[in-house]
Amino acid sequence: MDLVTSILSIAVFAGTSLVFATVGEIIAERAGILNLGLEGMMIMGAVTAFATAYATDNAYLGVLVAMIVGGLMALIHAIATISLRADQVVAGLALTIGGTGLASFLGQELGPGGGPLVGLIGPKFVEVPIPGMSSIPVIGEILFNKDQLVYAMYLIVPLVWWFLYKTRPGLHLRAVGENPQATDALGVNVFRLRYLYTVIGGMFAGLGGAHLSLAYTPGWTENLTGGRGWIAIALVIFATWNPARAVVGALLFGGVNAIQFRLQAEGTTISANLLNMTPYLLTVIVLVAVTYFEAFRKKVGAPAALGIPYNREERV
Amino acid sequence: MTDVTTIPDVAVQLAGVTKRFPGVLANDSVDLDVRRGEIHALLGENGAGKSTLMSVLCGLYRPDEGTISLASDGRLKPVDIRSPRHAIELGIGMVHQHFKLVRSLSVTENVIIGMDGVPLRLDVDKLGAEIAEIGLRYHMPVEPGATIWQLSVGEQQRVEILKVLYRGADVLILDEPTAVLTPKESQDLGRTLRTMVAEGKSIIFISHKLDEVMSFADRVTVLRQGRNVATLDVSATSKGELAKLMVGRELSAPPARRAGELGTTLLELKGVSTLNDRGLPALREISLTLGGGEILGIAGVAGNGQRFLAEVVTGLRPTTGGAIEVRGKDRTGASPREMISAGVVHVPSDRLGMGLAGNLSLADNLAMRSYRRPPLAKGIFLDRRKMVVEANGLIERFNVMTPGPATPARSLSGGNQQKAILAREITAGHEAAGGAVIVAAYPTRGLDVGAIESVRARLAEERDRGSGVLLISEDLDELMAMADRIAVFHGGEVMGIVAPSETSIEELGLLMAGERRT
Repeated sequence: MDLVTSILSIAVFAGTSLVFATVGEIIAERAGILNLGLEGMMIMGAVTAFATAYATDNAYLGVLVAMIVGGLMALIHAIATISLRADQVVAGLALTIGGTGLASFLGQELGPGGGPLVGLIGPKFVEVPIPGMSSIPVIGEILFNKDQLVYAMYLIVPLVWWFLYKTRPGLHLRAVGENPQATDALGVNVFRLRYLYTVIGGMFAGLGGAHLSLAYTPGWTENLTGGRGWIAIALVIFATWNPARAVVGALLFGGVNAIQFRLQAEGTTISANLLNMTPYLLTVIVLVAVTYFEAFRKKVGAPAALGIPYNREERV
Repeated sequence: MTDVTTIPDVAVQLAGVTKRFPGVLANDSVDLDVRRGEIHALLGENGAGKSTLMSVLCGLYRPDEGTISLASDGRLKPVDIRSPRHAIELGIGMVHQHFKLVRSLSVTENVIIGMDGVPLRLDVDKLGAEIAEIGLRYHMPVEPGATIWQLSVGEQQRVEILKVLYRGADVLILDEPTAVLTPKESQDLGRTLRTMVAEGKSIIFISHKLDEVMSFADRVTVLRQGRNVATLDVSATSKGELAKLMVGRELSAPPARRAGELGTTLLELKGVSTLNDRGLPALREISLTLGGGEILGIAGVAGNGQRFLAEVVTGLRPTTGGAIEVRGKDRTGASPREMISAGVVHVPSDRLGMGLAGNLSLADNLAMRSYRRPPLAKGIFLDRRKMVVEANGLIERFNVMTPGPATPARSLSGGNQQKAILAREITAGHEAAGGAVIVAAYPTRGLDVGAIESVRARLAEERDRGSGVLLISEDLDELMAMADRIAVFHGGEVMGIVAPSETSIEELGLLMAGERRT
């Protein structure tokens, strides 16, 4: 396996959790709800996924619990921001801070006999080569020699794209984040849709977390997500709220990760600390680049009502 | 009220509708009958309760008291309209003044949002063809695949109307539909509305413009302070009577043109050119002069460079050619702040976007020109007490209706926002020796007659003090009445400069359409 194939293979593997989180955040933001609690939902998904999988010896149950936990956390965000009209930035940050703290705590408590989870080895998703396709040169190794969650991603992204752009409910989702007043006036229930898509976004974040603790780096350690939730938020902007482009971004970040690991493995003289910075550095560069091209930003900008609470009887 | 239910031609009846907001009685026991096949105007000043009443009818607000009845099978039946969707199901559709369109979506997508009959998988082409066909039937050509932000305001309005028609509405409510239209577009709209009523639909037409009520409507109901003061046949009334009913008093005529002599030249543009945001020419070698004690009118269909003229003169937009002189001194390329200190003040067209910071208090907004200097500035600090004192003085002198200087600017009515801007800009202009240059962009747009009267009087007063006013307006009557000369813009060029006494609305129309004066 040559170097490029190996890097691309790792890129897909490393990018999967980012794709889930980014697509989830795109869904929520398209509905007009900015959820900066992504990091918190991911890490809670990761810890509960691993704890469940370890206790039940079933990785699939772990995924299910992670998605439920992510969805419930997003529900808190939805209640705070949609019903109580709290500031979305503040509520989201609270969710991340609370989620990170709670995950650390649970990591100490959910192990056998109420002990820590750290260092335990539990069930995990392993590579399941797809017969026939996995033996295609290069592509087979990169795409079709992966775990089930990666395959799930292959299905989910096109499905979300199709839903968003080609169906009636998808049209409503796009409209609700752009102009809730208009959408409401046409009889679409803005509150219900915003709740629904915020929760779905959280479930995706939980799923992303589960891929980390059950496949990418199986097991539980403190700060397992390592800021991936924040990278996913940057990727939403990079992807200009389009799930198809989110894949490109996530793979790019996964690739950078893969390269820096590779360099460390080869024994480069560059400090590991510097190399570990590269994904975050790339985040900054990409964000600057995306926002620099003003025309580009205007045309494919954020949903117009992103972050703005909706109140039907407010006099404008 | 008992035998009204048997009158067959009534389509909608509101009886005793009352709607309260915290601290405001927006509608006070309003009765209203709208007949099948009529255009019924709802006339009143801003804040008279027209929009609130119609929001009740279209399900956006719930009435606190009163009933709404709809005709069905020749009888009126009381209905409880629970939501906009429910109103649509009952055949009532509203075209809002501020369009409720999703700008990033296509015409077709906007029309079908929220519709039940549309299949889960969208066949955008087929739906688009249907929508285009309805458009043609009512003289409203649209391109179904176009994205909303690409459309002109008139086209966007057609989409709004189509949204309602496509849902099969029989009662259409139009909230100030001509406020944003050019005269030609207004005429087209009139034709569309006539086609609809000929098919038996009913149209409620909210307006504060007397002219269009007289020319469009069959009957008119006048609202004042939330109450129905009269319902009249348009053929049996006059503009004067309606104005009196609407305002509750007689109105004075627009201020006359200047009596005195022209002062020295305050502003001179020599072949000024500039580009728009996309880098295309927006002004092409504009040459104009503005004297002290003069009102120079700028006419033109919206989007022909008037906005760029205002931006260039106030220093907001760099020029790409030519020179700008203020009081004989070259100010080409000056920053907005330098222009202000040169005595150029600006009443922008977008009141809340550029004119005021909506969330800040009125006192803060009124101080925005003067906060850098004493008495408001004390070193790097602001003297808050003096700001309030100053603000109270301006509120008093310019007759701004507000609970107080601490009120956020956004919660004022449009007319009072404009008065506040005028108060700030005009006082700033007074500091310029020898008269200020006042750039007033659409200063009366969207205001009610009372506020229009006061804004015009202020501008005329400044002219009489020796300032020069650059009056950009779409209201040709206003320009004909107030301006000493009118420069007509088309495609970023001046088509001609005419004196109102030597021209006609027809000639202005031709110049606005791009015919150069020979």
